[in-house]
Amino acid sequence: MLLIDCPYCGPRPEIEFRYGGEAHLARPHDPSTLSDEEWASFLYRRSNPKGRFAERWRHVHGCGQFFNAIRDTVSDKFACTYKTGDAPPDGVAP
Amino acid sequence: MGTFSFGSLLRNAMAGHKDWPRQWRAPDPKPAYDAIIVGAGGHGLATAYYLAKEHGVRNVAVLEKGWLGGGNTGRNTTIIRSNYLWEESEALYDHAVKLWEGLSHELNYNVMYSPRGVLMLAHNIHDIQVFKRHVHANRLAGIDNEWLTAEQAKEFCPPLNIAPGMRYPVLGAALRRRGGVARYDAVAWGYARAADRLGVDIIQNCEVKGIRRDANGAVTGVETTRGDIATKKIGVVAAGHTSVVMSMADVRMPLESFPLQALVSEPVKPVMPCVVMSNTIHAYISQSDKGELVIGAGTDQYISYSQTGGLHITTHTLDAICELFPMFRRMRMLRNWGGIVDVTPDRSPIIGKTPVPGLFVNCGWGTGGFKATPGSGHVFAATIARDEPHPIAAPFTMERFVTGRLIDEAAAAAVAH
Repeated sequence: MLLIDCPYCGPRPEIEFRYGGEAHLARPHDPSTLSDEEWASFLYRRSNPKGRFAERWRHVHGCGQFFNAIRDTVSDKFACTYKTGDAPPDGVAP
Repeated sequence: MGTFSFGSLLRNAMAGHKDWPRQWRAPDPKPAYDAIIVGAGGHGLATAYYLAKEHGVRNVAVLEKGWLGGGNTGRNTTIIRSNYLWEESEALYDHAVKLWEGLSHELNYNVMYSPRGVLMLAHNIHDIQVFKRHVHANRLAGIDNEWLTAEQAKEFCPPLNIAPGMRYPVLGAALRRRGGVARYDAVAWGYARAADRLGVDIIQNCEVKGIRRDANGAVTGVETTRGDIATKKIGVVAAGHTSVVMSMADVRMPLESFPLQALVSEPVKPVMPCVVMSNTIHAYISQSDKGELVIGAGTDQYISYSQTGGLHITTHTLDAICELFPMFRRMRMLRNWGGIVDVTPDRSPIIGKTPVPGLFVNCGWGTGGFKATPGSGHVFAATIARDEPHPIAAPFTMERFVTGRLIDEAAAAAVAH
Protein backbone atom coordinates (compact mmCIF):
# COMPACT_ATOMS: atom_id res chain seq x y z
CA MET A 1 0.00 0.00 0.00
CA LEU A 2 1.26 3.46 -0.84
CA LEU A 3 1.97 6.06 1.83
CA ILE A 4 0.76 9.34 0.40
CA ASP A 5 1.81 12.73 1.75
CA CYS A 6 -1.35 14.84 1.60
CA PRO A 7 -0.25 18.51 1.39
CA TYR A 8 -3.01 19.37 3.87
CA CYS A 9 -2.95 16.43 6.32
CA GLY A 10 0.48 14.82 6.05
CA PRO A 11 1.34 11.17 5.27
CA ARG A 12 -1.66 8.83 5.25
CA PRO A 13 -2.28 5.30 3.90
CA GLU A 14 -3.47 4.92 0.30
CA ILE A 15 -6.90 3.57 1.28
CA GLU A 16 -7.83 7.08 2.48
CA PHE A 17 -7.35 8.40 -1.06
CA ARG A 18 -8.99 8.10 -4.45
CA TYR A 19 -6.97 8.31 -7.62
CA GLY A 20 -7.72 11.13 -10.04
CA GLY A 21 -5.70 10.16 -13.08
CA GLU A 22 -3.32 12.33 -15.05
CA ALA A 23 -2.75 15.87 -13.72
CA HIS A 24 -2.53 19.19 -15.57
CA LEU A 25 -5.14 18.32 -18.23
CA ALA A 26 -6.91 21.67 -18.46
CA ARG A 27 -10.53 21.46 -19.54
CA PRO A 28 -10.98 23.57 -22.67
CA HIS A 29 -12.79 26.86 -21.98
CA ASP A 30 -15.28 26.38 -24.79
CA PRO A 31 -15.64 22.71 -25.80
CA SER A 32 -18.16 23.59 -28.51
CA THR A 33 -15.38 25.18 -30.56
CA LEU A 34 -13.23 22.04 -30.52
CA SER A 35 -13.05 19.51 -33.32
CA ASP A 36 -14.04 15.92 -32.48
CA GLU A 37 -10.36 15.02 -32.71
CA GLU A 38 -9.37 17.64 -30.10
CA TRP A 39 -12.25 16.69 -27.83
CA ALA A 40 -11.26 13.00 -28.00
CA SER A 41 -7.72 13.98 -27.04
CA PHE A 42 -8.94 15.86 -23.99
CA LEU A 43 -11.39 13.14 -22.93
CA TYR A 44 -9.48 9.96 -23.64
CA ARG A 45 -5.85 10.18 -24.72
CA ARG A 46 -3.34 9.92 -21.89
CA SER A 47 0.45 9.93 -21.66
CA ASN A 48 0.49 6.76 -19.49
CA PRO A 49 4.30 6.92 -19.18
CA LYS A 50 6.75 4.43 -17.77
CA GLY A 51 8.65 6.65 -15.33
CA ARG A 52 7.94 10.04 -13.73
CA PHE A 53 4.25 10.95 -13.90
CA ALA A 54 2.18 13.89 -12.66
CA GLU A 55 -1.13 12.65 -11.27
CA ARG A 56 -4.09 13.77 -9.16
CA TRP A 57 -5.22 12.29 -5.89
CA ARG A 58 -8.15 13.16 -3.66
CA HIS A 59 -8.07 12.65 0.09
CA VAL A 60 -11.69 11.41 0.15
CA HIS A 61 -11.52 9.90 3.65
CA GLY A 62 -9.68 12.88 5.10
CA CYS A 63 -9.77 16.53 4.15
CA GLY A 64 -11.56 15.87 0.85
CA GLN A 65 -9.09 17.99 -1.13
CA PHE A 66 -7.72 17.24 -4.55
CA PHE A 67 -3.95 17.62 -4.93
CA ASN A 68 -1.20 16.62 -7.34
CA ALA A 69 1.74 14.26 -7.04
CA ILE A 70 4.80 13.28 -9.01
CA ARG A 71 5.36 9.54 -8.82
CA ASP A 72 7.58 7.06 -10.63
CA THR A 73 5.30 4.47 -12.26
CA VAL A 74 8.01 1.78 -12.20
CA SER A 75 9.08 2.02 -8.54
CA ASP A 76 5.76 3.59 -7.35
CA LYS A 77 7.85 6.02 -5.25
CA PHE A 78 6.55 9.57 -4.81
CA ALA A 79 8.94 12.40 -5.65
CA CYS A 80 6.61 15.02 -4.15
CA THR A 81 3.02 16.13 -3.65
CA TYR A 82 1.80 19.69 -4.21
CA LYS A 83 -1.42 21.67 -4.18
CA THR A 84 -3.76 21.89 -7.15
CA GLY A 85 -3.06 24.97 -9.20
CA ASP A 86 0.63 25.01 -8.23
CA ALA A 87 3.36 24.08 -10.66
CA PRO A 88 5.42 21.03 -9.66
CA PRO A 89 8.57 21.93 -7.67
CA ASP A 90 11.71 22.51 -9.73
CA GLY A 91 13.67 19.45 -10.73
CA VAL A 92 10.97 16.82 -10.21
CA ALA A 93 8.63 17.49 -13.14
CA PRO A 94 8.30 14.52 -15.50
CA MET B 1 10.34 -30.95 -35.33
CA GLY B 2 7.76 -33.65 -35.70
CA THR B 3 4.13 -33.90 -34.76
CA PHE B 4 3.01 -34.85 -31.29
CA SER B 5 1.04 -38.09 -31.36
CA PHE B 6 0.52 -41.25 -29.39
CA GLY B 7 3.26 -42.82 -31.51
CA SER B 8 5.79 -40.08 -30.74
CA LEU B 9 4.91 -40.30 -27.04
CA LEU B 10 5.44 -44.05 -27.10
CA ARG B 11 8.77 -43.77 -28.97
CA ASN B 12 10.09 -41.16 -26.56
CA ALA B 13 8.88 -43.11 -23.55
CA MET B 14 10.87 -46.12 -24.78
CA ALA B 15 13.89 -43.83 -25.31
CA GLY B 16 13.68 -42.45 -21.79
CA HIS B 17 12.35 -39.04 -22.92
CA LYS B 18 15.87 -37.95 -23.93
CA ASP B 19 15.21 -37.27 -27.61
CA TRP B 20 12.38 -34.73 -27.55
CA PRO B 21 13.35 -32.00 -30.04
CA ARG B 22 13.28 -28.28 -29.31
CA GLN B 23 9.78 -26.96 -29.87
CA TRP B 24 10.88 -23.78 -31.62
CA ARG B 25 14.12 -22.30 -32.93
CA ALA B 26 16.05 -19.42 -31.36
CA PRO B 27 16.93 -17.50 -34.55
CA ASP B 28 18.97 -14.31 -34.85
CA PRO B 29 17.03 -11.43 -36.37
CA LYS B 30 17.22 -11.11 -40.16
CA PRO B 31 17.85 -7.64 -41.66
CA ALA B 32 14.27 -7.38 -42.93
CA TYR B 33 10.83 -8.98 -42.56
CA ASP B 34 7.48 -8.58 -44.32
CA ALA B 35 5.87 -7.96 -40.93
CA ILE B 36 7.03 -7.57 -37.36
CA ILE B 37 4.90 -8.31 -34.32
CA VAL B 38 5.99 -6.55 -31.13
CA GLY B 39 5.24 -8.77 -28.15
CA ALA B 40 5.37 -12.57 -27.93
CA GLY B 41 2.43 -13.11 -25.61
CA GLY B 42 -0.55 -15.22 -26.57
CA HIS B 43 -2.12 -12.50 -28.75
CA GLY B 44 1.15 -11.69 -30.56
CA LEU B 45 2.05 -15.31 -31.21
CA ALA B 46 -1.50 -16.06 -32.36
CA THR B 47 -1.30 -13.09 -34.74
CA ALA B 48 1.96 -14.42 -36.23
CA TYR B 49 0.52 -17.92 -36.51
CA TYR B 50 -2.62 -16.82 -38.39
CA LEU B 51 -0.57 -14.45 -40.59
CA ALA B 52 1.56 -17.41 -41.69
CA LYS B 53 -1.24 -19.97 -41.87
CA GLU B 54 -4.19 -18.07 -43.33
CA HIS B 55 -2.56 -15.22 -45.20
CA GLY B 56 0.69 -16.79 -46.43
CA VAL B 57 2.78 -14.08 -44.77
CA ARG B 58 5.57 -16.29 -43.44
CA ASN B 59 8.49 -13.87 -43.39
CA VAL B 60 7.42 -12.63 -39.97
CA ALA B 61 9.33 -11.92 -36.77
CA VAL B 62 7.83 -11.76 -33.29
CA LEU B 63 10.02 -9.56 -31.07
CA GLU B 64 9.85 -10.06 -27.32
CA LYS B 65 11.78 -8.05 -24.77
CA GLY B 66 11.62 -10.82 -22.18
CA TRP B 67 10.66 -14.43 -22.79
CA LEU B 68 7.59 -15.58 -24.68
CA GLY B 69 4.42 -15.84 -22.64
CA GLY B 70 6.13 -14.13 -19.70
CA GLY B 71 3.84 -11.12 -19.48
CA ASN B 72 0.12 -11.18 -18.95
CA THR B 73 -0.20 -14.55 -20.73
CA GLY B 74 1.59 -16.06 -17.74
CA ARG B 75 -0.11 -13.86 -15.16
CA ASN B 76 -3.85 -14.17 -15.78
CA THR B 77 -6.53 -16.41 -14.30
CA THR B 78 -7.26 -18.23 -17.61
CA ILE B 79 -11.00 -17.64 -17.71
CA ILE B 80 -12.75 -18.01 -21.07
CA ARG B 81 -16.25 -16.70 -21.71
CA SER B 82 -18.09 -14.51 -24.20
CA ASN B 83 -21.12 -13.26 -22.28
CA TYR B 84 -20.57 -9.60 -23.09
CA LEU B 85 -23.39 -7.14 -23.57
CA TRP B 86 -23.05 -5.57 -27.02
CA GLU B 87 -23.29 -7.34 -30.36
CA GLU B 88 -19.84 -6.17 -31.40
CA SER B 89 -18.26 -7.72 -28.31
CA GLU B 90 -20.36 -10.85 -28.50
CA ALA B 91 -19.14 -11.41 -32.06
CA LEU B 92 -15.50 -10.84 -31.10
CA TYR B 93 -15.39 -12.93 -27.94
CA ASP B 94 -17.57 -15.72 -29.35
CA HIS B 95 -15.29 -15.89 -32.39
CA ALA B 96 -12.53 -16.67 -29.87
CA VAL B 97 -14.61 -19.27 -28.03
CA LYS B 98 -15.29 -21.07 -31.31
CA LEU B 99 -11.55 -21.14 -32.05
CA TRP B 100 -10.79 -22.36 -28.51
CA GLU B 101 -13.00 -25.37 -29.12
CA GLY B 102 -10.76 -26.74 -31.87
CA LEU B 103 -7.48 -25.18 -30.80
CA SER B 104 -5.67 -28.20 -29.34
CA HIS B 105 -6.29 -30.12 -32.53
CA GLU B 106 -5.38 -27.19 -34.77
CA LEU B 107 -2.08 -26.50 -32.98
CA ASN B 108 -1.27 -30.18 -32.31
CA TYR B 109 -0.74 -29.02 -28.73
CA ASN B 110 -2.97 -29.71 -25.76
CA VAL B 111 -4.06 -26.30 -24.48
CA MET B 112 -6.25 -28.07 -21.90
CA TYR B 113 -9.35 -26.06 -22.83
CA SER B 114 -11.98 -27.06 -20.32
CA PRO B 115 -15.48 -25.59 -20.78
CA ARG B 116 -16.59 -26.26 -17.22
CA GLY B 117 -19.01 -23.35 -16.87
CA VAL B 118 -18.66 -19.80 -15.61
CA LEU B 119 -20.99 -18.69 -12.83
CA MET B 120 -21.35 -14.93 -12.24
CA LEU B 121 -22.94 -14.13 -8.90
CA ALA B 122 -25.52 -11.44 -8.25
CA HIS B 123 -25.56 -9.89 -4.78
CA ASN B 124 -28.04 -7.03 -5.09
CA ILE B 125 -30.98 -5.85 -7.15
CA HIS B 126 -28.73 -3.95 -9.54
CA ASP B 127 -26.66 -7.09 -10.20
CA ILE B 128 -29.83 -9.06 -10.94
CA GLN B 129 -31.04 -6.45 -13.42
CA VAL B 130 -27.66 -6.19 -15.16
CA PHE B 131 -27.08 -9.94 -15.39
CA LYS B 132 -30.61 -10.65 -16.62
CA ARG B 133 -30.10 -8.01 -19.27
CA HIS B 134 -26.86 -9.75 -20.24
CA VAL B 135 -28.60 -13.13 -20.31
CA HIS B 136 -31.28 -11.83 -22.67
CA ALA B 137 -28.81 -9.97 -24.88
CA ASN B 138 -26.58 -13.02 -25.13
CA ARG B 139 -29.44 -15.36 -25.99
CA LEU B 140 -30.58 -13.02 -28.74
CA ALA B 141 -27.04 -13.21 -30.13
CA GLY B 142 -27.03 -17.01 -30.00
CA ILE B 143 -24.68 -17.19 -27.01
CA ASP B 144 -25.78 -19.52 -24.25
CA ASN B 145 -26.30 -17.82 -20.91
CA GLU B 146 -28.93 -18.63 -18.34
CA TRP B 147 -30.25 -17.25 -15.08
CA LEU B 148 -30.05 -19.45 -11.98
CA THR B 149 -31.63 -18.95 -8.59
CA ALA B 150 -29.32 -19.09 -5.58
CA GLU B 151 -30.38 -22.71 -4.95
CA GLN B 152 -29.67 -23.69 -8.55
CA ALA B 153 -26.28 -21.97 -8.33
CA LYS B 154 -25.51 -23.97 -5.17
CA GLU B 155 -26.50 -27.15 -6.99
CA PHE B 156 -24.15 -26.30 -9.87
CA CYS B 157 -21.34 -25.30 -7.51
CA PRO B 158 -21.74 -27.11 -4.17
CA PRO B 159 -18.94 -25.30 -2.25
CA LEU B 160 -20.79 -22.00 -2.70
CA ASN B 161 -22.24 -20.38 0.42
CA ILE B 162 -25.77 -19.07 -0.15
CA ALA B 163 -26.70 -18.48 3.48
CA PRO B 164 -29.04 -15.49 3.76
CA GLY B 165 -27.03 -14.03 6.64
CA MET B 166 -24.03 -13.18 4.46
CA ARG B 167 -22.91 -9.56 4.24
CA TYR B 168 -23.49 -9.77 0.46
CA PRO B 169 -26.00 -12.61 0.02
CA VAL B 170 -26.07 -14.59 -3.22
CA LEU B 171 -29.40 -13.71 -4.84
CA GLY B 172 -28.85 -15.62 -8.06
CA ALA B 173 -26.30 -16.13 -10.81
CA ALA B 174 -25.79 -16.04 -14.55
CA LEU B 175 -24.34 -19.29 -15.88
CA ARG B 176 -22.35 -19.50 -19.10
CA ARG B 177 -22.01 -23.24 -19.63
CA ARG B 178 -19.62 -23.01 -22.58
CA GLY B 179 -17.24 -20.81 -20.60
CA GLY B 180 -14.29 -22.32 -18.85
CA VAL B 181 -10.52 -22.26 -18.54
CA ALA B 182 -7.42 -23.25 -20.54
CA ARG B 183 -3.77 -23.80 -19.71
CA TYR B 184 -2.14 -20.38 -20.22
CA ASP B 185 1.44 -21.41 -20.99
CA ALA B 186 0.34 -24.22 -23.28
CA VAL B 187 -1.49 -21.57 -25.31
CA ALA B 188 1.67 -19.48 -25.71
CA TRP B 189 3.85 -22.52 -26.37
CA GLY B 190 1.35 -24.10 -28.75
CA TYR B 191 1.09 -20.95 -30.85
CA ALA B 192 4.88 -20.42 -30.70
CA ARG B 193 5.59 -23.95 -31.90
CA ALA B 194 2.94 -23.84 -34.62
CA ALA B 195 4.09 -20.42 -35.86
CA ASP B 196 7.73 -21.47 -35.79
CA ARG B 197 6.92 -24.53 -37.91
CA LEU B 198 5.42 -22.20 -40.52
CA GLY B 199 8.66 -20.19 -40.66
CA VAL B 200 7.95 -17.38 -38.19
CA ASP B 201 11.05 -16.18 -36.30
CA ILE B 202 10.40 -15.78 -32.57
CA ILE B 203 13.15 -13.54 -31.23
CA GLN B 204 13.27 -13.33 -27.46
CA ASN B 205 15.31 -10.92 -25.32
CA CYS B 206 14.96 -8.36 -28.09
CA GLU B 207 13.43 -5.10 -26.91
CA VAL B 208 12.06 -2.57 -29.39
CA LYS B 209 13.66 0.83 -28.66
CA GLY B 210 12.40 2.86 -31.57
CA ILE B 211 10.13 2.85 -34.63
CA ARG B 212 11.67 4.15 -37.87
CA ARG B 213 9.56 6.11 -40.33
CA ASP B 214 10.10 7.67 -43.76
CA ALA B 215 9.36 11.24 -44.90
CA ASN B 216 5.65 10.40 -45.33
CA GLY B 217 5.45 9.04 -41.81
CA ALA B 218 5.11 5.39 -42.88
CA VAL B 219 7.02 2.82 -40.87
CA THR B 220 10.28 1.51 -42.34
CA GLY B 221 11.55 -0.60 -39.46
CA VAL B 222 12.33 -0.93 -35.78
CA GLU B 223 15.38 -0.27 -33.64
CA THR B 224 15.96 -3.04 -31.14
CA THR B 225 18.50 -4.12 -28.56
CA ARG B 226 19.65 -6.67 -31.16
CA GLY B 227 20.06 -4.21 -34.02
CA ASP B 228 17.86 -2.49 -36.57
CA ILE B 229 15.30 -4.51 -38.54
CA ALA B 230 13.54 -3.23 -41.66
CA THR B 231 9.84 -3.85 -42.26
CA LYS B 232 6.81 -2.15 -43.80
CA LYS B 233 4.27 -3.49 -41.33
CA ILE B 234 4.44 -3.46 -37.55
CA GLY B 235 1.79 -4.97 -35.31
CA VAL B 236 2.05 -3.76 -31.73
CA VAL B 237 0.65 -6.33 -29.27
CA ALA B 238 2.41 -5.10 -26.16
CA ALA B 239 -0.46 -5.16 -23.62
CA GLY B 240 0.41 -2.97 -20.63
CA HIS B 241 3.37 -1.43 -22.47
CA THR B 242 1.39 -0.40 -25.57
CA SER B 243 1.47 3.31 -24.67
CA VAL B 244 5.26 3.11 -24.33
CA VAL B 245 5.77 1.41 -27.71
CA MET B 246 3.24 3.62 -29.51
CA SER B 247 4.89 6.76 -28.15
CA MET B 248 7.93 5.77 -30.25
CA ALA B 249 5.77 6.58 -33.28
CA ASP B 250 4.31 9.68 -31.58
CA VAL B 251 0.86 8.11 -31.18
CA ARG B 252 -0.89 9.04 -27.93
CA MET B 253 -3.17 6.18 -26.88
CA PRO B 254 -6.49 6.23 -25.00
CA LEU B 255 -5.02 3.80 -22.47
CA GLU B 256 -4.05 3.64 -18.84
CA SER B 257 -1.93 0.81 -17.41
CA PHE B 258 -2.81 -0.62 -14.01
CA PRO B 259 -1.50 -3.56 -11.96
CA LEU B 260 -3.97 -6.44 -11.77
CA GLN B 261 -3.26 -9.05 -9.11
CA ALA B 262 -3.92 -12.76 -8.84
CA LEU B 263 -2.89 -15.50 -6.47
CA VAL B 264 -2.89 -19.28 -6.13
CA SER B 265 -3.32 -21.56 -3.15
CA GLU B 266 -1.58 -24.77 -2.26
CA PRO B 267 -2.81 -27.65 -4.47
CA VAL B 268 -5.72 -29.68 -3.16
CA LYS B 269 -7.98 -32.43 -4.51
CA PRO B 270 -10.70 -31.38 -7.00
CA VAL B 271 -13.16 -29.20 -5.13
CA MET B 272 -14.27 -26.42 -7.51
CA PRO B 273 -16.36 -27.77 -10.39
CA CYS B 274 -16.54 -24.48 -12.31
CA VAL B 275 -15.39 -20.87 -12.45
CA VAL B 276 -17.14 -18.50 -10.03
CA MET B 277 -16.96 -14.75 -10.47
CA SER B 278 -18.35 -11.99 -8.36
CA ASN B 279 -17.97 -8.50 -9.74
CA THR B 280 -19.67 -6.80 -6.86
CA ILE B 281 -17.55 -8.13 -4.01
CA HIS B 282 -14.65 -8.54 -6.35
CA ALA B 283 -13.39 -12.04 -6.50
CA TYR B 284 -13.12 -14.80 -9.00
CA ILE B 285 -11.95 -18.33 -8.48
CA SER B 286 -11.39 -21.59 -10.29
CA GLN B 287 -9.24 -24.65 -9.72
CA SER B 288 -6.34 -25.56 -11.98
CA ASP B 289 -5.70 -29.12 -13.10
CA LYS B 290 -2.74 -29.12 -10.67
CA GLY B 291 -5.24 -28.53 -7.89
CA GLU B 292 -4.37 -24.96 -6.99
CA LEU B 293 -7.21 -22.54 -6.43
CA VAL B 294 -6.60 -19.71 -8.89
CA ILE B 295 -7.97 -16.46 -7.49
CA GLY B 296 -8.26 -13.17 -9.31
CA ALA B 297 -8.26 -9.85 -7.50
CA GLY B 298 -8.86 -6.33 -8.72
CA THR B 299 -6.72 -3.61 -10.19
CA ASP B 300 -4.89 -1.06 -8.12
CA GLN B 301 -6.33 2.41 -8.56
CA TYR B 302 -3.14 4.06 -9.83
CA ILE B 303 -1.14 3.79 -13.06
CA SER B 304 1.89 1.58 -12.57
CA TYR B 305 4.32 -0.63 -14.48
CA SER B 306 5.63 -2.30 -11.32
CA GLN B 307 4.04 -5.76 -11.90
CA THR B 308 3.09 -5.76 -8.25
CA GLY B 309 0.34 -4.11 -6.29
CA GLY B 310 -1.00 -3.27 -2.87
CA LEU B 311 -1.60 -6.12 -0.44
CA HIS B 312 -4.91 -4.60 0.60
CA ILE B 313 -6.27 -5.44 -2.87
CA THR B 314 -5.61 -9.17 -2.42
CA THR B 315 -6.78 -9.28 1.20
CA HIS B 316 -10.01 -7.62 0.10
CA THR B 317 -10.50 -10.36 -2.47
CA LEU B 318 -9.66 -13.09 0.04
CA ASP B 319 -12.27 -11.64 2.42
CA ALA B 320 -14.81 -12.14 -0.35
CA ILE B 321 -13.58 -15.65 -1.16
CA CYS B 322 -13.79 -16.67 2.51
CA GLU B 323 -17.34 -15.34 2.69
CA LEU B 324 -18.43 -17.13 -0.50
CA PHE B 325 -16.53 -20.35 0.27
CA PRO B 326 -16.14 -20.75 4.04
CA MET B 327 -14.47 -24.16 3.48
CA PHE B 328 -11.42 -22.36 1.99
CA ARG B 329 -10.74 -20.28 5.08
CA ARG B 330 -7.79 -22.34 6.25
CA MET B 331 -6.21 -22.79 2.80
CA ARG B 332 -2.73 -21.32 2.45
CA MET B 333 -1.88 -19.09 -0.47
CA LEU B 334 1.37 -19.95 -2.21
CA ARG B 335 2.06 -17.07 -4.60
CA ASN B 336 0.62 -13.77 -5.62
CA TRP B 337 1.68 -11.50 -8.45
CA GLY B 338 0.64 -8.57 -10.59
CA GLY B 339 0.37 -8.06 -14.32
CA ILE B 340 0.14 -4.71 -16.06
CA VAL B 341 -3.15 -4.34 -17.92
CA ASP B 342 -3.91 -1.63 -20.48
CA VAL B 343 -7.41 -0.33 -19.89
CA THR B 344 -9.44 1.69 -22.40
CA PRO B 345 -12.13 4.21 -21.41
CA ASP B 346 -14.91 1.87 -22.60
CA ARG B 347 -13.27 -1.41 -21.43
CA SER B 348 -13.26 -2.77 -24.98
CA PRO B 349 -10.09 -3.52 -26.93
CA ILE B 350 -8.57 -1.51 -29.77
CA ILE B 351 -7.77 -3.58 -32.86
CA GLY B 352 -6.77 -2.03 -36.13
CA LYS B 353 -4.88 0.58 -38.05
CA THR B 354 -3.35 3.70 -36.55
CA PRO B 355 -2.75 7.20 -37.96
CA VAL B 356 0.77 5.97 -38.89
CA PRO B 357 0.81 4.05 -42.22
CA GLY B 358 2.04 0.49 -41.69
CA LEU B 359 1.58 0.61 -37.93
CA PHE B 360 -1.17 -1.60 -36.49
CA VAL B 361 -2.19 -2.01 -32.88
CA ASN B 362 -4.01 -4.65 -30.87
CA CYS B 363 -4.36 -3.52 -27.28
CA GLY B 364 -6.72 -2.38 -24.55
CA TRP B 365 -7.80 -5.87 -23.56
CA GLY B 366 -7.61 -4.62 -20.02
CA THR B 367 -8.41 -7.15 -17.36
CA GLY B 368 -9.79 -9.83 -19.68
CA GLY B 369 -7.58 -10.51 -22.68
CA PHE B 370 -6.73 -14.17 -22.21
CA LYS B 371 -10.20 -15.38 -23.23
CA ALA B 372 -9.85 -13.66 -26.57
CA THR B 373 -6.37 -14.92 -27.48
CA PRO B 374 -7.23 -17.00 -30.59
CA GLY B 375 -9.90 -14.63 -31.88
CA SER B 376 -7.77 -11.56 -31.27
CA GLY B 377 -4.84 -13.03 -33.18
CA HIS B 378 -7.12 -14.25 -35.95
CA VAL B 379 -8.81 -10.92 -36.69
CA PHE B 380 -5.64 -8.89 -36.15
CA ALA B 381 -3.69 -11.06 -38.60
CA ALA B 382 -6.40 -10.47 -41.21
CA THR B 383 -6.29 -6.73 -40.51
CA ILE B 384 -2.50 -6.60 -40.99
CA ALA B 385 -2.48 -8.84 -44.07
CA ARG B 386 -5.30 -7.03 -45.92
CA ASP B 387 -4.51 -3.55 -44.62
CA GLU B 388 -8.18 -3.14 -43.72
CA PRO B 389 -10.08 -4.18 -40.59
CA HIS B 390 -11.46 -7.71 -40.38
CA PRO B 391 -15.31 -7.38 -40.23
CA ILE B 392 -15.38 -8.56 -36.60
CA ALA B 393 -12.60 -6.12 -35.65
CA ALA B 394 -14.05 -3.18 -37.59
CA PRO B 395 -16.04 -1.66 -34.66
CA PHE B 396 -12.95 -1.80 -32.42
CA THR B 397 -10.90 0.86 -34.17
CA MET B 398 -9.22 3.73 -32.37
CA GLU B 399 -11.49 6.15 -34.27
CA ARG B 400 -14.42 5.19 -32.04
CA PHE B 401 -13.06 7.57 -29.40
CA VAL B 402 -13.41 10.39 -31.92
CA THR B 403 -16.77 9.39 -33.42
CA GLY B 404 -18.22 8.51 -30.03
CA ARG B 405 -19.29 4.99 -31.05
CA LEU B 406 -17.94 3.48 -27.84
CA ILE B 407 -18.56 -0.15 -26.92
CA ASP B 408 -19.18 0.16 -23.21
CA GLU B 409 -18.47 -3.16 -21.52
CA ALA B 410 -17.73 -1.85 -18.05
CA ALA B 411 -20.42 -4.12 -16.60
CA ALA B 412 -19.18 -7.22 -18.39
CA ALA B 413 -15.49 -6.68 -17.78
CA ALA B 414 -15.66 -8.49 -14.43
CA VAL B 415 -13.07 -6.33 -12.69
CA ALA B 416 -14.50 -3.09 -11.42
CA HIS B 417 -12.22 -0.12 -12.04
